[in-house]
Amino acid sequence: MTSLPEPAPLPAVPPGAHPFPHAHLLGIEGLKPWEIGFLLGEAEHWVTLGRSAHKRDDRLASLTQINAFFENSTRTLLSFEIAGKRLGADVVNMAVQSSSMKKGETLLDTALTLNAMHPDVIVIRHDASGAVALIASKVDCPVLNAGDGRHEHPTQALLDALTIRRRKGRIEGLKVAICGDILHSRVARSNFHLLAALGAEVRAVAPPTLMPAGVERFGVAAFTDMDAGLEGADVIMMLRLQRERMAGAYVPSEREYFHFFGLTAKRLATAGDNVLVMHPGPMNRGVEIESQVADDIARSAITEQVEMGVAVRMACLDVLTRARRGVPGWETHA
Amino acid sequence: MRPLAILGARVIDPARGTNTAADILIADRAVAAVGKPEIPSDAQRIDASGLVAAPGLVDAGVFKSEPAAFLAGGITRTLLMPDQSPVIDDPALAERAQRIGKPHVWVHPLAAATRGLAGSELAEVALMKAAGAVGIATGRRQIASAAVMHRLLQYAAAFDLVTVVHAEDAALTEGAEATTGETATRLGLASAPAIAEAVAIARDVRLAEAAGARLHIHQVTTAEGLDVIRAARARGARITCGTAPAYLLLNDEAVTGYRTFTRLSPPLRAEDDRRALLGGLADGTIDCLTSAHDPRGQDEKRLPFAQAMPGMSGAETLLALAVSAGENAGVPLSRLIAMMSATPAAIFGVPGGNLGVGAPADIVLFDPGAPWRIDASKFVSAGDNTPFDGLPVQGRVRWTVKGGEIAFAG
Repeated sequence: MTSLPEPAPLPAVPPGAHPFPHAHLLGIEGLKPWEIGFLLGEAEHWVTLGRSAHKRDDRLASLTQINAFFENSTRTLLSFEIAGKRLGADVVNMAVQSSSMKKGETLLDTALTLNAMHPDVIVIRHDASGAVALIASKVDCPVLNAGDGRHEHPTQALLDALTIRRRKGRIEGLKVAICGDILHSRVARSNFHLLAALGAEVRAVAPPTLMPAGVERFGVAAFTDMDAGLEGADVIMMLRLQRERMAGAYVPSEREYFHFFGLTAKRLATAGDNVLVMHPGPMNRGVEIESQVADDIARSAITEQVEMGVAVRMACLDVLTRARRGVPGWETHA
Repeated sequence: MRPLAILGARVIDPARGTNTAADILIADRAVAAVGKPEIPSDAQRIDASGLVAAPGLVDAGVFKSEPAAFLAGGITRTLLMPDQSPVIDDPALAERAQRIGKPHVWVHPLAAATRGLAGSELAEVALMKAAGAVGIATGRRQIASAAVMHRLLQYAAAFDLVTVVHAEDAALTEGAEATTGETATRLGLASAPAIAEAVAIARDVRLAEAAGARLHIHQVTTAEGLDVIRAARARGARITCGTAPAYLLLNDEAVTGYRTFTRLSPPLRAEDDRRALLGGLADGTIDCLTSAHDPRGQDEKRLPFAQAMPGMSGAETLLALAVSAGENAGVPLSRLIAMMSATPAAIFGVPGGNLGVGAPADIVLFDPGAPWRIDASKFVSAGDNTPFDGLPVQGRVRWTVKGGEIAFAG
């Protein structure tokens, strides 16, 4: 691998401001640039630890972390589990079949049940936008959003930013193209907020049927022509196209989608020379991305994103539990 | 029954263009005189100085019958949507529904257009008319099939029944929780474009014109919807429409924070639509104001936004919110009162809605200038769901008289 650039400094915390005065992490929207920068800086530390032989830091020892996943997920759940365990927390996974929880009547009851077990942090994934915030309003401990509907997936955006910053040395001024099913993507929404806050030039590239209304209000330029959207891009973030979108008449076929919106080696040539390719996974090879591109280790940061995911989640778990652990300077912030 | 005298009120009777200080004498459940009548010595008297006396409100489209809440809101007659449990799709159910609130509130049922409101087979609408239904309604949803709608309107025309429609294209709005726009995008809510309304209105207007039927759009909420209605009227289509105060006072940004009390059907629209609606109120395109009273309990609202039931408890705040909206649009009070009494009464052919001699003595007495703050915890309604909780408003119902009897005193 080529040597990486020296990273530009992260946004500084203004004098008198607290680096992260929030009880929960429910989304990126509304976070100050230095609050995002603070989490990224903390995560750097955990990248180093993760690469060492001794991966433990027991600062969350005796704390209970519940991962309540109301929607199926393997990699995010695993990432949060590893993050918690590396910090020494007692990690409990609660996988709730989304089918049995479809009736939201029991959601608040579930929250109260969880709360009665006195967890110290709860990580939640749910298929309804806003459901995590609703639970957070009913429990006494920090809540971390691991993805709610098509709303936000804050740790994914943080890990994407960490990946970009480590590869490119900065985020400010980069041209980042987010491509694919943006309409249904919480990853895209969190990235819009985060990348715009840190000064990137963000583009949304999607067929018109998968482009949400009003993206330009997020400070994002919308493109329905992939080649135009990729021109001069420093980073291309591909999104997963779910197969059921075909039945919903969002796109005519996988073949046509791949032809116009798939990331191929040929199409990559329109982007910048050192373009970085990303994907939150799991990938549909041959649908939104060509294998040749996905597996190009010089350009693809896809496996690195997974690594950064653990570090970012460790940082978030650490920061959100500081008040409970009585870390000096954090007592009043949860 | 003792006569009742309402003394010193400003009498606003839009049906007859009255807006003057007068006394009202009521005898035998009907208006006996308006002006300076001699008050019998045994009459019960209400000192109404400083108050407006208007026809009891006729609420053109509620989803739940709550007589006590209606009376607290000055509503003496309501049109009950067929979306009940069971659905009003049978003459016996229509007959039962129209007895619900008597004697103090008269509930006029709207017959389900299709069996079970499923949108496929016509219900016995003419038999239901004979049993007391004053119109036909599609309920909370559009009839998706243009063919079924066509036949329904042909049939309704033959029996001179007005058809009340929910104007949102069913396919466009399937699964939607909000109006397409920046707010829905930001919150990650499944959304449908506002054009779904104009598309639905355009289809139904054309079908109604072809059938020679009368059509009433229960709640128009968009600029495009209003434009379609204006154009249809210009052609001579027999189309009327209503809206609810929420669409005149709130836009889709009120949904921010996943406030499920702002989840309505149709959903709250963009600011441009809200302004267009105020224009439609001012220029007379909008005929009726309805509470669309649809109270929900906590169990139905304390849920993720996508799973919360749409609707708000509206009966008790209809008058005050209408006065507020009317002020924003520069609509005189007498016109607003007409939209909640004389006009809906005329469209659906129900008695009341005027204070002419011999008319049913259904009267609301309210203080148009009285400031108060909406407090959902004090609602008479079983549902405390209002997006307006805590809002300072003007205009307070003091008395509701139904059939010559004091049915509410606030």
